[in-house]
Amino acid sequence: MILFWVLATLLVVSAVFTVTQKSPVHSVVGLLFNFVILATLYLTLNAEFIFVIQIVVYSGAILILFVFVIALLSSGVGPFPEGPNRLPRIVVPAAIVLLAAFGFLIYGLTRGSAGALPAHVATSTSGEVGQANVFGSVADFGSALFSTHLLPFEITAFILMVAVIGVVMLAGDASPDKTRHRPKRRPRKREPIVKANL
Amino acid sequence: MSGAPMTVDISYYIILSAVIFFIGVAGVILRRNPLIVLMSIELMFNAANLALVGFAREWSNNAGHVFAFLVITVAAAEAAIGLAIVVVVFRRSKNVDVDEVAGLRG
Repeated sequence: MILFWVLATLLVVSAVFTVTQKSPVHSVVGLLFNFVILATLYLTLNAEFIFVIQIVVYSGAILILFVFVIALLSSGVGPFPEGPNRLPRIVVPAAIVLLAAFGFLIYGLTRGSAGALPAHVATSTSGEVGQANVFGSVADFGSALFSTHLLPFEITAFILMVAVIGVVMLAGDASPDKTRHRPKRRPRKREPIVKANL
Repeated sequence: MSGAPMTVDISYYIILSAVIFFIGVAGVILRRNPLIVLMSIELMFNAANLALVGFAREWSNNAGHVFAFLVITVAAAEAAIGLAIVVVVFRRSKNVDVDEVAGLRG
């Protein structure tokens, strides 16, 4: 219960931080905290696979995409003003925080269960991760995904394919003034791809 | 709060999900930077996921997990396409303000 309130408060604070920041980079940092805290909330809800996916896909892929786009959009604007180098002042607190987080991770790994199930769910989750028929375990999720809910899984593949094709069609052809690395690019290069699909 | 001592009732998760969702809505409505608008949309996806996973645990049914997985996929696709649109719009008109992009206005 205390864990839930701490996580909920942090989640709301980081969400408000994300929305109210002026700089998109600060918003991305707030969003990173939001995703990690939400992943921890998933773990308290016995959703192991969703926890891993939240970390990998959101904090790994989507946030990096945001950071890349921010870097790309501000690349032609001009050099950033060179501020004071703040690294030496924060290196000691950063090391302390990192070691504390690592110690917490080791403590949690050795200790075992992270969340508690409601009373009517008579199974536990962590500690017997590999077994099926334990609610929330990866094996349970996998058997459900590939048997009962096969159609959403295949729709997932279709959505990803549409996203890849859409991104290539949208951002694949650069206008000539922005292609600094490939100046010899022919203007209608993606025309045969479209014809091949017909 | 009946049951195990650390069990949190489902309604708290749903209220938290609603709060996060409306923070995202406020971000979409109030902010004018398209990147922050996209991040607010991600916040709303996350709120929906939290509700799905919470209900999945409440009914001990992992259909909620499967659909949270589907929502995460949709969010990834949406982020990729939305950011591609932002990049294309920025290439064309050099502005990053959603109110200034009025090329489709009739």
